[in-house]
Amino acid sequence: MKYIDEFRDRRVCENLATEISKIGHGRDISLMEVCGTHTMSIYRYGIKKFLLPNIRLLSGPGCPVCVTPNGEIDKAIAFARKSEVIITTFGDMLKVPGSTSTLAVEKSRGSDVRIVYSAVDCLKIAEENPDKTVVFLGIGFETTAPTVAATIKDAKDRMLKNYFVLCYHKLIPPVIKAVLESGEVLVDGFILPGHVSVITGTEVYEFIARDYRKACVVTGFEPVDILQSIFMLVKQVKTNSPVVENQYTRSVKKEGNLRAKCLMDTVFEPVDCEWRGLGNIPMSGLKIRDEYSVLDANTIQVDIEPLRENPECICGEVLRGVKTPLDCSLFRIECLPENPKGPCMISSEGTCAAYYKYGK
Amino acid sequence: MDTIMLEHGSGGRMMHSLIRDVFVKGFDSPHLRKYEDSAVLEIMDKKIVFTTDSYVVDPIFFPGGDIGMLSVAGTVNDIAVMGAIPNFISCGLILEEGFSREDLQKIVDSMKQAADKSSCTIVTGDTKVVDRGKVDKIFINTSAIGTMIDGVSLSKESIKPGDKILINGFIGDHGIAVLSKREGMEFGTSIKSDVQPLNMLIKELLSNGLTIRFMRDPTRGGIATTLNEICDGMGFGIELFEEMIPVRDEVRGYCELLGLDPLYVANEGKVIAVVGREDSDKALEIMKRHPDGEAAAFIGEITEENAGTVSLRTTIGSHRIVDMLSGAQLPRIC
Repeated sequence: MKYIDEFRDRRVCENLATEISKIGHGRDISLMEVCGTHTMSIYRYGIKKFLLPNIRLLSGPGCPVCVTPNGEIDKAIAFARKSEVIITTFGDMLKVPGSTSTLAVEKSRGSDVRIVYSAVDCLKIAEENPDKTVVFLGIGFETTAPTVAATIKDAKDRMLKNYFVLCYHKLIPPVIKAVLESGEVLVDGFILPGHVSVITGTEVYEFIARDYRKACVVTGFEPVDILQSIFMLVKQVKTNSPVVENQYTRSVKKEGNLRAKCLMDTVFEPVDCEWRGLGNIPMSGLKIRDEYSVLDANTIQVDIEPLRENPECICGEVLRGVKTPLDCSLFRIECLPENPKGPCMISSEGTCAAYYKYGK
Repeated sequence: MDTIMLEHGSGGRMMHSLIRDVFVKGFDSPHLRKYEDSAVLEIMDKKIVFTTDSYVVDPIFFPGGDIGMLSVAGTVNDIAVMGAIPNFISCGLILEEGFSREDLQKIVDSMKQAADKSSCTIVTGDTKVVDRGKVDKIFINTSAIGTMIDGVSLSKESIKPGDKILINGFIGDHGIAVLSKREGMEFGTSIKSDVQPLNMLIKELLSNGLTIRFMRDPTRGGIATTLNEICDGMGFGIELFEEMIPVRDEVRGYCELLGLDPLYVANEGKVIAVVGREDSDKALEIMKRHPDGEAAAFIGEITEENAGTVSLRTTIGSHRIVDMLSGAQLPRIC
């Protein structure tokens, strides 16, 4: 298929692997792929087999499903249990366990839970069901937040009275900063997310190279993209010249998508936010601004069950890159894709799911 | 409260555990314990193959077919892949109050057309009508019986390392065609479902004295699930070659867009055949000559290594495991 096969070309991959080997030998180099879609691509295409053993790839916190804490899922479940509510969300969220249940279980018990492909579909659902309250569970990073912002603005303009957003959107640059500040993992460079950067642009990452002296490459998702990015990162590390480079130039511009950013800024404001496994990170979440608070589901009172965490689940440590799924006592024994104990097993981008699916 | 979830019906691992823990355990018959799509019954020295299947596809009309065509072809194919000639079909209909007569007629015509194509006769049936909202328009159950072709004995146990794996054409057409018309998903596409009875192609394949070891029709869960079922618990592995698996560009495109893997997308007119190495070229030629197998391809082989596992040699030359689908494939978030 045109525009895809070029980026999955065996010869090009092999040539890149050779180039990486030429410059990459010597001391250990650890690179973190921030985004879950990169984790999946790396496993799906067996990228690690092209690399010298001293070049290590670590999975980062960039899987939106995985970093959603129990409490946020519990709140969505509390809404789902109300008979007048239709909960809409992305498919990945259905199986994420909260304290005692999941949206999929609530659906099988009679709750009206619907999968949408875009938040825009929720407005149609709200219009078609005027006697119901439609609550969209807004999860995701800078990639999904702009369309959700658009629905909020649109719903307000149209004075739609029965559409609400349970806004749990999170931001990527602050979480990278938190990973660096924690000092728990030694990272030499970052494979930076492609889709997120389409919106944010590349300037938001400059603090990583400038203040922390780590290599940075904004990267596409095909095998050739990832290998080329690893080459660029290793070169930065070896020459000790950290800078933000853009490998994914066919999609990402330096300034990002200005319209989308403006829309996000109109509707949302940054707030401190809880991440699963990472705790509270300053200014890492998005809240609906007061002007749009009539659409904010967080202003509606619901009875949320008491918070419970599975003490054996180590998704938090996996998300921080401190442990791998193989260190978990539940992995592949009790925690399986059909019966996930933690979010990293559910999300199609989760590290545990990637290990399970491709790494037997 | 433990409840049945949609994933329990999606053809993946959750459905397998439901079948094992509830149905096979509850009914406890030697035929069920074989975990086959059809039962082989010995009646008066004849080997009779018997199967049943229910059809609840949404939407009921989709590009390339409808629920009627599907309900005959799907059941016929379950008989045919056992190495049998399907003969007689039953038809049970559950209709929703208010369902259009015109649509019912269209569906019945499709069933007749599929039965004619597969030289089967629909010989008995049942109709129930339920209150509006109790079913979604129309649900169909069909059963079929067939007779085992003399001298044919297909079994997983006969599969040997070195055997080749063939498929009669493009994968994923049915799943994407249906998805393209589902509410909330409507996208323009020229992809048509591959729904078709395969018994004529299979009969052709089996009547040439070739070493055909085993066959399956990869429906729900796609070829990945079917191939996992073939090698699960056996003393051999399966290696697939990604660049040799026929997938239409349009299907690949939609899969890329929706975050789906074509290996897991449903087919309704495909057969996977495991063929002895020495006969694989001839078998491929027979498939390609037949109108239902023009795009047939050799997609992989049976290996001694990695017993019980399906692995894929990717287009870039690395390997990955192709696991069984656990629930339904969900569209990705970003």
